[in-house]
Amino acid sequence: MAKVLMKGNEAIGEAAIRAGCLNYFAYPITPQSEVAEYLVRRLPEVGGVFLQGESEVAVGYMIFGAAGAGVRVFTTSSSPGISLMSEAISYIAAAQCPAVFVNIMRGGPGLGGILPSQADYLQATKGIGHGDCRLLVMAPASVQEAVEMVMKAFPLAEKYRNPVMILGDGLIGQMMEPVEFPDQLKTEPSNKDAWATNGMDHRKSKTRNLVKSLFLDPVQLNDNNLALKAKYDRMRAEEVMSESYNTDGDYKGLIVSYGTMSRVCRTAIDMLKTEGIDVGMIRPQTVFPFPEKAVAEAAMKPSCMHVLSIEMSMGQMIEDVERSVKGRIPVSWYGKCGGDIPTPEEVIDVVRERIA
Amino acid sequence: MGKTFKKPEALSDAHTHYCPGCTHGVIHRLVAETIDELGIRGRTVGIAPVGCAVLAYNYFNCDFQEAAHGRAPAMATGIKRVRPDLMVFTYQGDGDLASIGMGEIIHAANRGEKFTTIFVNNAIYGMTGGQMAPTTMPDQRTSTSPFGRKVEEVGMPIKMAELLAALQTPAYISRQTVIKPKYITKAKKAIKQAFTYQLENKCFSLVEVVSTCPTNWGMTPVQAVEWTEKTLLAYYQPGDYKVPA
Amino acid sequence: MQSEIMFAGFGGQGILLIGKVLAHAAMEEGFEVAWVPSYGPEMRGGTAYCTVVISDRPIGSPIIKNPLHLVAMNGPSLEKFAPTVKKGGIIFINSSLIAFGANRDDVDELRVPVVEIAKDLGSVKAANIVALSAFVARSGIVSMETLKQCIKEEFSKKPKLIPLNMEAVAAGERAARK
Repeated sequence: MAKVLMKGNEAIGEAAIRAGCLNYFAYPITPQSEVAEYLVRRLPEVGGVFLQGESEVAVGYMIFGAAGAGVRVFTTSSSPGISLMSEAISYIAAAQCPAVFVNIMRGGPGLGGILPSQADYLQATKGIGHGDCRLLVMAPASVQEAVEMVMKAFPLAEKYRNPVMILGDGLIGQMMEPVEFPDQLKTEPSNKDAWATNGMDHRKSKTRNLVKSLFLDPVQLNDNNLALKAKYDRMRAEEVMSESYNTDGDYKGLIVSYGTMSRVCRTAIDMLKTEGIDVGMIRPQTVFPFPEKAVAEAAMKPSCMHVLSIEMSMGQMIEDVERSVKGRIPVSWYGKCGGDIPTPEEVIDVVRERIA
Repeated sequence: MGKTFKKPEALSDAHTHYCPGCTHGVIHRLVAETIDELGIRGRTVGIAPVGCAVLAYNYFNCDFQEAAHGRAPAMATGIKRVRPDLMVFTYQGDGDLASIGMGEIIHAANRGEKFTTIFVNNAIYGMTGGQMAPTTMPDQRTSTSPFGRKVEEVGMPIKMAELLAALQTPAYISRQTVIKPKYITKAKKAIKQAFTYQLENKCFSLVEVVSTCPTNWGMTPVQAVEWTEKTLLAYYQPGDYKVPA
Repeated sequence: MQSEIMFAGFGGQGILLIGKVLAHAAMEEGFEVAWVPSYGPEMRGGTAYCTVVISDRPIGSPIIKNPLHLVAMNGPSLEKFAPTVKKGGIIFINSSLIAFGANRDDVDELRVPVVEIAKDLGSVKAANIVALSAFVARSGIVSMETLKQCIKEEFSKKPKLIPLNMEAVAAGERAARK
């Protein structure tokens, strides 16, 4: 297929359809309302379901209901909206249903602002809802990558029967870039007859299915949490994705950065290289599971003296970076999160000050 | 001679945890009989609330999902929209539906979602141990209104059937009770009517069932029936509040 | 080689659209492109701007503080962004609305009365296309042929508007040559 120029939000909507997801529930919030505006026209063309819910709270449970019934379903929102959905996300994870949530992050806390931010990192990777639940979280750095990640998200959600989140900053949603869509996915949610409330008549077993998260018996609840933990451990073993940049030769410092911020860092690294200063970069593509090994290995290069966690937040991912580096060399943070994305020049200044 | 009275297939063999004198068991049975009679058990999905009926999924023998507090109408919307061929019902109490879930029920009803809600109103929070509900009667004592519900502080009890019937979207809204056999026959008819409207893909349907909670009301089952008849039914009057054209 | 073009003006002048058309044309010519809108609070205040990045290699930072070129459709935009333009770039000025200049001697200043030109063609709405065409003709950033194709595609759902916009392209091109 030829490349098309598309806004990130619209491309995300189209990617879901190409992933075989024809069910979308959402509530408007800047900077991602274009997903709904795109899908309200596009889904009827393919026989899909579109509904604007009355709140993000309700949408979370519309997703839960539909996911429990065994169909591919997704929603998109932005930071405050995701907070409201986080209750449902906890229930969906506990009940082990597959669903995809896209968070096009804006500045917080509170109402914050509407410009790009990465300040929901800890929420997405560690604190998405109450209880011991985790999401598999992928963080795209371009519109093309957002499309690819959305298309991967559905099979992954089904593989683990767990919610998957696409964590993009506002720019990923608002920017237009050329996109080439991968081939339409032909798969379906596999093995759904074993757990989904898709109606007994549809199943060979003719026994009823139950989608629930209540375990009043402490042994049963512990067992359910152990089953969830086993899945999260498996994600850590099988799903880590990261990209390295300028790490082949020696470098004095290492940047860890993701999403739009990592692109700014890449430009800064190119500019520094022309001055004879080498800095490497690890760009996490999954932030849960975090690419601990890739960061640790890159930081352990003998020439590397310092690791910088550069993020559009007040220092959230740095906790994972520090955990990976394990105190062997200094780790420090740089970032902004009011929506004013740091420029390559600002990154260069920080590198000069702390590394070069 | 064959059996003339038996347990509906849509009920499981489990013993319920409901208190003596509680009407949940009767309401479960009426819903289960309806499912059997309409022959829809194999394509029915029930949604359990948070409240005394949270374990309803143990007592019904059909697919079930369990919602968060108040969110059953949103879950039902999700299921029904993506699988219109399934028969979907929510089973909710008054704390669940009329307090924390007010937004969800109003919007589901107003969108005309084609599912059925069984709304069990016993004027109190049962599962958490007898706290005041939006449906608690004036001067009714509960653990969080120990001197009686003060209308000047928390307003009058909410009449859900009337409130939902005021919406302009077509719907079937009925209020019934099951405290005596004469009421049970009517309640059954209303519940079956509600499911039938869904089967015909006609409209949103809701049956409010005025119920008892002797345990948390601090009454014997007989006193509870008397109080319901005298006090609750005077305020929450039975009848059809809205019928689709 | 990378160029960045900032388009800026009032909301309603078709700023975002001409940025998109240029990005599309550059993509058709095989370049990497990114179209970055301003969608912040300033959008609500009635000003609009976007940046188009065109490069022969994958685009790093899409955040551009110093663009190579500026297309300024109103006075406040010119005042605000003229000082940020890189040395050697083009500053296009909508002289129908802007009486002053960029006040820079290290850039190529191009003044075109796009509103009057568009009015003569039959609709002031085509002023943005006149501006885009004049800028493209002066910069040679994409070919006029590709630009025309992309404008036709942009208006494919309103084919009645295509002849007017083709005239706008020709007029813009002429104005840039003067």
